[in-house]
Amino acid sequence: MQFKSKDFSEAERVLKIRKLKVGLTGRPDAAPVLNEIDLDIRAGETHCLVGESGSGKSVTSLAVMGLLPKDALEVQGGLIDLEGFDITAATHAQMRELRAQRIAMIFQEPMTALNPVLRVGEQIEEVLAMHTDLSGSEAKARVLDIMDQVHLPDVERIYRAFPHQLSGGQRQRIMIAMALVLDPDLLIADEPTTALDVTTQLQILKLIAEMQERHGTAVLFITHDMGVVAEIADTVSVMQKGRIVERAPIRQLLTDPKEAYTRKLLTAVPSLGPRMRRDGDGAKPVLEVAGLDMTYGGTGIFRKSKAVHAVQDAHFSIAPGRTLGIVGESGSGKSTVARCIMRLIDPTGGEITVSGKEISTLGRRALQPHRKSLQIVFQDPYRSLNPRWTVARSLCEGPINFGVSKAEAMKTAAELMELVELPRDALDRYPHQFSGGQRQRIAIARAVAMKPDLLVADEAVSALDVSVQAQVLDLLADVQKRFGVALLFITHDLRVAAQICDEVLVMQKGKVVEAGPADEVLLHPGHDYTRSLIEAAPGREWDFANFRALTGAPLTQGATP
Amino acid sequence: MLGYILKRVLATIPVMAIVAIFVFLLLRLTPGDPAAILAGDAATPDQLERIRDRLGLNDPLYIQFFTWVGQLLQGDLGTSLISNTSVSSMIGNRIGPTINIALMTILISVALAVPMGVIAAWRHRTWVDFLVMSFSVLGFSVPVFVIGYILIQIFAIELRWVPVQGYVSPGEDFGDFFVRAIMPSLTLATIYIALIARMTRASMLEVLGEDYIRTARAKGVRENVVLFRHALRNAAVPILTIIGTGFALLISGVVVTESVFNIPGIGRLTVDAILARDYPVIQAMILLTAGIYVVVNLLVDISYSFFDPRIRY
Amino acid sequence: MTDTTRSTQSAFAALTRLISLPGGARLGGGPIIAALILLVIVVASLAAPLYVPYDPLEMKALSRLQGPSEAHPLGTDPFGRDIFSRVMTGGQVSLLIGVGAAVVSVALGLIIGLVAGFFRMADAIIMRIMDSLMAIPAILLAIALVALNGPSLGSVIIAITIPEVPRVVRLVRSVVLSAREEPYVEAAIALGSPMPKILFQHLMPNTFAPLIVQGTYICASAILIEALLSFLGAGVSTEIPTWGNIMAEGRLYFQIKPGLIFWPGLLLSLCILSINLLGDAARDVLDPRMKKREG
Repeated sequence: MQFKSKDFSEAERVLKIRKLKVGLTGRPDAAPVLNEIDLDIRAGETHCLVGESGSGKSVTSLAVMGLLPKDALEVQGGLIDLEGFDITAATHAQMRELRAQRIAMIFQEPMTALNPVLRVGEQIEEVLAMHTDLSGSEAKARVLDIMDQVHLPDVERIYRAFPHQLSGGQRQRIMIAMALVLDPDLLIADEPTTALDVTTQLQILKLIAEMQERHGTAVLFITHDMGVVAEIADTVSVMQKGRIVERAPIRQLLTDPKEAYTRKLLTAVPSLGPRMRRDGDGAKPVLEVAGLDMTYGGTGIFRKSKAVHAVQDAHFSIAPGRTLGIVGESGSGKSTVARCIMRLIDPTGGEITVSGKEISTLGRRALQPHRKSLQIVFQDPYRSLNPRWTVARSLCEGPINFGVSKAEAMKTAAELMELVELPRDALDRYPHQFSGGQRQRIAIARAVAMKPDLLVADEAVSALDVSVQAQVLDLLADVQKRFGVALLFITHDLRVAAQICDEVLVMQKGKVVEAGPADEVLLHPGHDYTRSLIEAAPGREWDFANFRALTGAPLTQGATP
Repeated sequence: MLGYILKRVLATIPVMAIVAIFVFLLLRLTPGDPAAILAGDAATPDQLERIRDRLGLNDPLYIQFFTWVGQLLQGDLGTSLISNTSVSSMIGNRIGPTINIALMTILISVALAVPMGVIAAWRHRTWVDFLVMSFSVLGFSVPVFVIGYILIQIFAIELRWVPVQGYVSPGEDFGDFFVRAIMPSLTLATIYIALIARMTRASMLEVLGEDYIRTARAKGVRENVVLFRHALRNAAVPILTIIGTGFALLISGVVVTESVFNIPGIGRLTVDAILARDYPVIQAMILLTAGIYVVVNLLVDISYSFFDPRIRY
Repeated sequence: MTDTTRSTQSAFAALTRLISLPGGARLGGGPIIAALILLVIVVASLAAPLYVPYDPLEMKALSRLQGPSEAHPLGTDPFGRDIFSRVMTGGQVSLLIGVGAAVVSVALGLIIGLVAGFFRMADAIIMRIMDSLMAIPAILLAIALVALNGPSLGSVIIAITIPEVPRVVRLVRSVVLSAREEPYVEAAIALGSPMPKILFQHLMPNTFAPLIVQGTYICASAILIEALLSFLGAGVSTEIPTWGNIMAEGRLYFQIKPGLIFWPGLLLSLCILSINLLGDAARDVLDPRMKKREG
């Protein structure tokens, strides 16, 4: 693994933060959100701010931009010094002058960060209109030039496009162009690639590095992803609960972390190396899927709408006690497969056989008895439990539907609380009283209460912080060992797939492009797309949990574990 | 785009058809003899027969319906039971003042309400916001005729700035029209302003919390540009919708306001028709106002795409 | 513990939240004052027969259009009736119409909206009919009904209810449509829960908070429409004192006796104002994203 190792001690200091304190507006006595943060960034340096959700990393960036939501948060002390100018004391007009000219920012969600009703070219040009005296044609030429620099194709056409007509990656390029058009000294990037697919993420990371190189910009990069940190950082600050707990150059932080919290974060990062091969016992498969097709549209009264092939001709099967992973980027059709199997939507073709019975065309009533053997855990822990129901009621719902007595169901629910390591009195509480990870445990308990043969986990850990992710993955493995349930694990994250799957299926644009045992697919990918996915995984050559390079890396060049 | 407009226009046909059926059945399904009800207690058998004949009540129901629809499609709205003149010409004679007052009301309302809502949202939770919201709640709570009488009391009786009642057509003397029309328009506008200002504020508040507003501020865009260029266009669709659906309130308001200010429009025509139980006129007015409502909302629907490029059909 | 006691409990919890206010600062004194004013008006109207000095219908030819005096605190009307007694009694019918119209519209709208939101087959037809009903202005509909059936409480409530129902239907339908996409509803389907259980136990409770809010707005608007109808001579029978009727009779005497419009108008406005403020407060607590009278 190549880390950045340039020494910046001679470079000019762009940003200096000292003892910065941010707290709830009007309540200086309450616990601060940011507690005496110190930070330095020098020209050309990339400084990564890493931490889990709620650690205060985004608040730091908004404070520097002077964009704290003023009825909620305020700066309560300390200094933010941008090249000798104190931002905490700036007027609105001064702050407006600084933005885009000296500091610029790109945000996490390229989908929502651009104004949907204005052409993207106009949105970049607006920066020039606000801060320069360029004439119309000069401004437009400048905009087309910066769009060209961020490698957007066909810039004249894209100039006139509206955001909804562009892909996520293109929108993020527009955001970068907008941020850099006036060549600011400091660029703040707040999780700029988190909402993107890995292959797009790689391109955007490269682009930021290229632009930084060309313009000598200092970059404050905020992320939760240690892989990304390993790829791009010069210096890393680890944040926890509003404090910076550790700061070090990248190599030092990854090889020799000083703080317990940093070690915990690093050891929770799943390795890209596949798990030990488990041999199947040759039992009959629980689920067999043959020729599954799901096509949307293609019909219409006035005009035939364009048909979308969400899933085309998918084949696979899972045996009891085994884990099959379906891996792919957004739009690959992996979640559609899950929803078809669960019969939440009706597939347009193919067969789904559960324990020997074909269920793909069964009507609502005929399907009912088979519901018991298939259960699902969804991605969003905040929406997958009925907010008005107690945990007990949620856990009992399924068994009662299948004729279990209330008392019996309650008894099982209490046992399940132990299994998912939640206190028994959690049964009488409501979902909003739990954290995301706890809710996901409850959702798993709800599924397990049905004693299913197959458990589908649709991006079940994707919304969780990495340390919580590890716990939930352990729980799933535990459930599988105890009940011998087959697991269909759907994820966009190769690291997670590597950790848990026996077999892996790679999907692209509705088609299965590669399938096989996990170690084979991950170590010797046969398809170009699989290879590009693996190569795009940030920090793939580093074994974070063991603080060293991955043995046998690089993966794609044919090592065996 | 054209295809979409055509589709929307076609979609109004079933809506108007259902309204027509509803209006038709309203009279026919009334318990008792509708003719007797309409003629009043002192009616002679001769009068009753005449009303039945006029409304075609002697034919079987389906023949009545198709005759009626056939006449409607030819623009024949029936004949008044009282004056014996055609309802279409009665409406034609009286609709001018109503349209003029309504247009003035809409202009006043939009011109005042949208900036009020924008500023209230921008200065959320300050005294400006409080003032706008108080006005808005008050506008919803005071009956339109009470507002009318309060305005008359203050501006016509105490201050003598404007005449108490009456109407002059703008073609005749625009100055006189304006002086006489301003109070009825303001009266009518109160509730409409309340409605639009409230929706503008709510919609703006939501939009101002969006990421792209933060982006605009992060580029150092001036606050007025943020509000009017970035936010208001995005907030436009719900505001347009409320202007459209609020039209129902405007129609009700017209009927009342014309009585208070003694304006010879179709609102007065309706009130006179109630007192005389002139059912053909009432029936025609329901169809007419429902038609206007449907057309206004069709226009609003089509206008969405001018504000939001994502709505392209 | 049974399901019903649980949901009663959570309803109670929602109610306590409404009163005790999480975060404290979100509701100022406004809603509390509004609630007090409304309480006073409701109690005063219901108890009016116990304390008003005169029969509100008793005409006295000798004491017409008197000014305020000890005998007649607000004076008398053109028929010599005591204005104070009439105004205080007049609230009964107005409030009855407000509550009646709100309850009927919400109940009908809930049922139709659940059907439209849940059964795709019925949806298109129901929504077309609702669009049509919404196009008919309440005032004109009431005028037609009263012209045909004569002035009655029933006509007025029906006339107010018909154009309100589609708004409730739209609200319920949109809540159901968005709720059925929620993962917890899909999880319930996966758990094999039968359709009625999903509809009534998972989806319907989502509509309660917005319906409470919408119901208060309908109540306020119904009281207002009743006044307009009476004013136009198309309300309940003129023999029954309502705020609208009193003002309608006061029209001709407006310049000599403005109190005939002022007092009932004031009570009516205060009453509607309080209900609207309570509706806003309920919305802020229960459903911050809902917008007033949308669609």
